Amino acid sequence: MEARGATGELGRERGGAERRLPGWVLGVIPLLLIVAAVGAFAALDGPGLGERRGPLVEELAVERTELRPGVIELTVRNDGPDAVSIAQVIVNDAFVSFDGADEPIGRLESEQVVVRQPWIEGENYEIGLLTSTGATIAHAVEAAVQTPETDLSFYGLMALLGIYVGVIPVALGMLWLPWVRRIPPSWLRMVMALTVGLLAFLGIDATLEGLELAGQGSQAFGGAALVLIGAAVAYLSLTGVSAWLEGRRQRSERAGASGGSLALLIAVGIGLHNLGEGLAIGTAYATGALALGAFLVVGFALHNTTEGLAIVAPVARTGPSLGRLITLGLIAGGPAVLGAWIGASAFNTSVAAFLFGAGAGAIAQVIVQLMPTLRDDHGRTLHPRAVGGLLAGMALMFATGLLVSV
Amino acid sequence: MDQLTRRRLLAGGVPALGLGAAALHGAIGQPTATATAAAAAPGRAGDHGGGTAGHGGHASFRGGEVDHEANGFDPHEIVRDFDYGKTSKLPDGRTLREWTLSASEQEVEVAPGIKFPAWSFNGRIPGPTLRATEGDRLRIRFVNGGRHPHTMHFHGIHTAAMDGVAGLGAGEIAPGEETVYEFDAEPFGLHLYHCHVRPLAEHIAKGMYGTFIVDPKAGRPEADELVMVMNGFDTNFDRANEVYAVNTIGFAYMNRPIQVVRDELVRVYLVNALEYDLINSFHLHGNFFDYFPTGTSLKPTEFTDTVMQCQGQRGILEMRFPHTGKFMFHAHQSEFAELGWMSFFEVCEPGNRDALCRIEPRKEP
Repeated sequence: MEARGATGELGRERGGAERRLPGWVLGVIPLLLIVAAVGAFAALDGPGLGERRGPLVEELAVERTELRPGVIELTVRNDGPDAVSIAQVIVNDAFVSFDGADEPIGRLESEQVVVRQPWIEGENYEIGLLTSTGATIAHAVEAAVQTPETDLSFYGLMALLGIYVGVIPVALGMLWLPWVRRIPPSWLRMVMALTVGLLAFLGIDATLEGLELAGQGSQAFGGAALVLIGAAVAYLSLTGVSAWLEGRRQRSERAGASGGSLALLIAVGIGLHNLGEGLAIGTAYATGALALGAFLVVGFALHNTTEGLAIVAPVARTGPSLGRLITLGLIAGGPAVLGAWIGASAFNTSVAAFLFGAGAGAIAQVIVQLMPTLRDDHGRTLHPRAVGGLLAGMALMFATGLLVSV
Repeated sequence: MDQLTRRRLLAGGVPALGLGAAALHGAIGQPTATATAAAAAPGRAGDHGGGTAGHGGHASFRGGEVDHEANGFDPHEIVRDFDYGKTSKLPDGRTLREWTLSASEQEVEVAPGIKFPAWSFNGRIPGPTLRATEGDRLRIRFVNGGRHPHTMHFHGIHTAAMDGVAGLGAGEIAPGEETVYEFDAEPFGLHLYHCHVRPLAEHIAKGMYGTFIVDPKAGRPEADELVMVMNGFDTNFDRANEVYAVNTIGFAYMNRPIQVVRDELVRVYLVNALEYDLINSFHLHGNFFDYFPTGTSLKPTEFTDTVMQCQGQRGILEMRFPHTGKFMFHAHQSEFAELGWMSFFEVCEPGNRDALCRIEPRKEP
């Protein structure tokens, strides 16, 4: 009896305290307790858990390789649970001298290893980083080529490259605007379907490339998950932005402006995609994997002009100003320049995978926005013309994509 | 990123972009010559990435030397260390030599900063160089202080029970157990001993081997004698060696050469204890040597500067250096050489022997 009474009293007291305390304190108390518990656990070195079992887990990911006269520079990141010390370096079956990584590299820490190797252009190098336990972390340099110096003229070249493959093709594609304006609504719906087809292809392509990149880079930051996170972030952000634009439009009671915001969204989506494309091109150029030639420019012109069409299709029935069109073109094409700069000078596979994912997510969001515009007078979305347009869009991307791949 | 997928692009035609880039260079200012060249003509195959940079010197470890003291042995001592055992006379007048060898497990720094979980005889790799004279009675007490079964298998002529393999005689010696191997020293020549427990390659590669010398009754000519066991270490357990050496520590005699005296006879007992690679070799710079395969004949078979040995093969080299100075010797498999099996002789003037050749050969007491 007594015990029950005491419990009841305690319960009432606690209820009273809860009411007295401000709400935010109740939110903070569990947080403080968690911090204290974790701190105590760490300070006591995990009481009761004993020593670790098994040998050290030594993992290093080579994030960047740069070749300069007589040296190969590796940027490595520890993406395993234990610290790694690089004791010796072997290049093509010979011990070599190197600088950097004097101290053990902690988890997620990055370190530069400068290997002195008289490398020869066009030849392959197999680099083995020997850790203190004798484990080997292998890294291959295929077809060695000097990393371009990142001076002003280099950035100029990358900008030109970005303009050629991003800005100019998109601008050329936008020249279809007058034609799109004159065609009847049923044909316009088909053009919109074509646009969706183009975007679907780009979205799939960005996802695949992102996943491939994620597989190459450090896994500690999430690997393939980064692509999906990037896609989710872009999708949700653009959905939020479009909802905000829609709200503004309704407040100002300006009817018929949805085409404009749709065009902006498409431009942003394509811009993110072109950022990824610029990254890939810049990196390839920096590692010598890209041969710059007329064929490249022609291929990208054909491939990316279709992106310009996608931007102007939704604004066909409104009368966008020239300035607005230029802005849209730059939003869509300009990131290729930025991507080329980043790719050639500070490429990081994890960041690139995230950006490819973001591009895919943005495109998915744009497709969702575009789908209602395909609807015909009977309210059908996948009517024969729309299906034809979708397939034609994908076929067009596939065919022009062949021009820029071997 | 090593490749572009869909965007892997064809090289071809006039590099239009290069032209544009050149125009841009002009607009921006003075581009560096290298950047312009790279833009205009990417992929000049055959160019030397480094010019002469990065070429200097020999392959070497970072950090110089390993901690010989912590390892418990020093290749500079092992090279002239011969163990004649505890000797006594048998009733029939023959010499009895007795040794105790114990197997143990220890970490060995096989290259600066790289620890290898080794197994050894008497705490050193290679194990003690056991030396006897033809016809002596040999009694080797073997104590297994390791955590795995081991044996001592001698190359030589002996009974099946003394062969040191599983299922014969004492068979495998369990951890904490011991046995005695006893046989006559025959034939004269250069032999070896090693553990013979499954998996063989692993037991040997972890360091369980040593040199076994049987001198002919009449002896060999007086010489500065050196023992060199060619070995290697598979530090990442992929059944391929990461480090190669003579007497365990790669480049040890590069940093501190083996000193010998001009015109004096130098005798090298060369044993190949390497695992995972089929053959090994010894190549001498600036000189030639007489080669006595397995040391079982007093007549050399060859006058050469390079010999090849299969796993477990061995032979005696005899040479005199006519010139002073430093002379390399190394495996002529360049890969092995630059992975550690590369060394120097330093030939001193006879008068300077005491000053320059500090490590005196240890003679039979």
